[in-house]
Amino acid sequence: MAQGPVRRAQRRLPLEWLGILPFAAFAVLFLILPTFRIVTGAFQDADGGFTFQNLLDLNTDSIRSAYWTSIKLSLITAALGCAIGFAMAAAVVFGGLPKVVRSPLLTFSGVASNFAGVPLAFAFIATIGPAGLITLELRDMGINLRAYGFNLLSFWGLVITYLFFQIPLMILIIIPALDGLKKEWREAAAVLGATTAQYWRMVALPILFPSLLGTFALLFANAFGAVATAFALTGPQLNIVPIKLFAQIRGDVLGNPNLGYALAFGMIVITIAANTIYIWLRVRSERWLK
Amino acid sequence: MTRLISWTILVLGCLYFILPLVGMTEFSLKMRRGEYSFDAYRKVFEDPRFWETFSYSLTLAAATIVVGVFLVVPTAYWVRLKLPQARPFVEFVTLLPLVIPAIVLVFGYIRLYNTSSWLPLTGSALGTDILLTMGYTTLALPYMYRSVDTGLRTIDVATLTEAAQSLGAGWITILGRVILPNVMVAVLSGAFLTLAIVLGEFTMAALLNRPAFGPFMQLLGANRAYEPPALAVIAFAITWGCMGLMQLVSRLAKHERAKA
Repeated sequence: MAQGPVRRAQRRLPLEWLGILPFAAFAVLFLILPTFRIVTGAFQDADGGFTFQNLLDLNTDSIRSAYWTSIKLSLITAALGCAIGFAMAAAVVFGGLPKVVRSPLLTFSGVASNFAGVPLAFAFIATIGPAGLITLELRDMGINLRAYGFNLLSFWGLVITYLFFQIPLMILIIIPALDGLKKEWREAAAVLGATTAQYWRMVALPILFPSLLGTFALLFANAFGAVATAFALTGPQLNIVPIKLFAQIRGDVLGNPNLGYALAFGMIVITIAANTIYIWLRVRSERWLK
Repeated sequence: MTRLISWTILVLGCLYFILPLVGMTEFSLKMRRGEYSFDAYRKVFEDPRFWETFSYSLTLAAATIVVGVFLVVPTAYWVRLKLPQARPFVEFVTLLPLVIPAIVLVFGYIRLYNTSSWLPLTGSALGTDILLTMGYTTLALPYMYRSVDTGLRTIDVATLTEAAQSLGAGWITILGRVILPNVMVAVLSGAFLTLAIVLGEFTMAALLNRPAFGPFMQLLGANRAYEPPALAVIAFAITWGCMGLMQLVSRLAKHERAKA
């Protein structure tokens, strides 16, 4: 008799977990195993033996500069995306603008944050490329962008293009956070004699800080992994990590398949670092915005 | 004063977003010398590869949505009903595609499922299509899961299940005829987002060598002058359409609920 409930509990536990078996199988097959394959490949030599050589081989001028350019590109577009997105969101939420601008801005942000990749590159080529609309208009006005050293197919060209999906993503995430700032906090600060600047510096920004930094990390990872926009804009020659990896997968340009694993492994390490910061800060910021 | 600054920021920001859209539209109309015309669009629509790659990507998007719904709805339902302790694990997995870049994932696929492996998916066109569909499903997973899980939060899963069970319904009936209709709005908005993602996707399709819409756009961009901006206008219209449908669906649902 005493065995009955115990045995039933033992039988029931695995049966309930069976319910997420399809999902677990999918995750293992198409997320975990492929990632695991990259990680193990990064530590294997051509014969399958364990080695650190691949990671050491990453230390060449060309690969180092690719990582550096990628990190710089992601940091700058994330920082500018956050700053500009925040300014636009704050203008809409607190700036006394008519309520009608808010909903279209959110809708447009949803569209623009998804309008990345190949077509986005085309749009910018048509606008500030060598024969683009703005380039030609400015030339008619006597301003030659080329002579000022501007080139769309360069690092800064890439920055301007990436901002088209970075800023809207920031707006989409930060507007709910700004809405979460309670009016009482501002009033309480005012009652205690705080100026607007003091309110922002000592109340609002500390509360928003985790969610700002968290979004920054998300934007960083977003730019770091992007391939299509850069590839359609500049072709295979621009030296950033995702483009290099793309060329390596297509045709082993590094001349060493295992080095490809190491290159991909480095990308995972960097995006995991960025996202760990994101998730950690997200959890912290949600405590405040309940 | 604040209002003036706000307007300035907003107008400058909007200018940055509108100029490229104007630029691509204007450029796409300039194919004929000296006057605006729709020649570039005609060229695009006359290209059989446009329709081939577009319908290929559309088919794959449909497959991705079906796989995604079959994967996400039962899992999210089950986690809510019976396995709340599995939530951290499931949510972690659904966030992984935002952490691991698509190019790294597809690299793993190519090495894991090549012709000499235990599951040689890349050996045949159909196998590669299946692999690509699974890849797209992972890309859409974070959005699909979040959408459906939020939808489930608004209904009383346990009571609905018990009611259906006491009327004699089995699990498939419960999922298909009770739960799914209740989270249809969430499923649809996940589906439209998936559609937008899949139609424009480039990296996975290019590296798996499948004739999808993204690689076709890239190829045209490398070789032509006026067709690419026309394609960009078309792609923008599609993205806008997907997002618009998403909003429409949730607005209609709110309306329904207000009536009920």
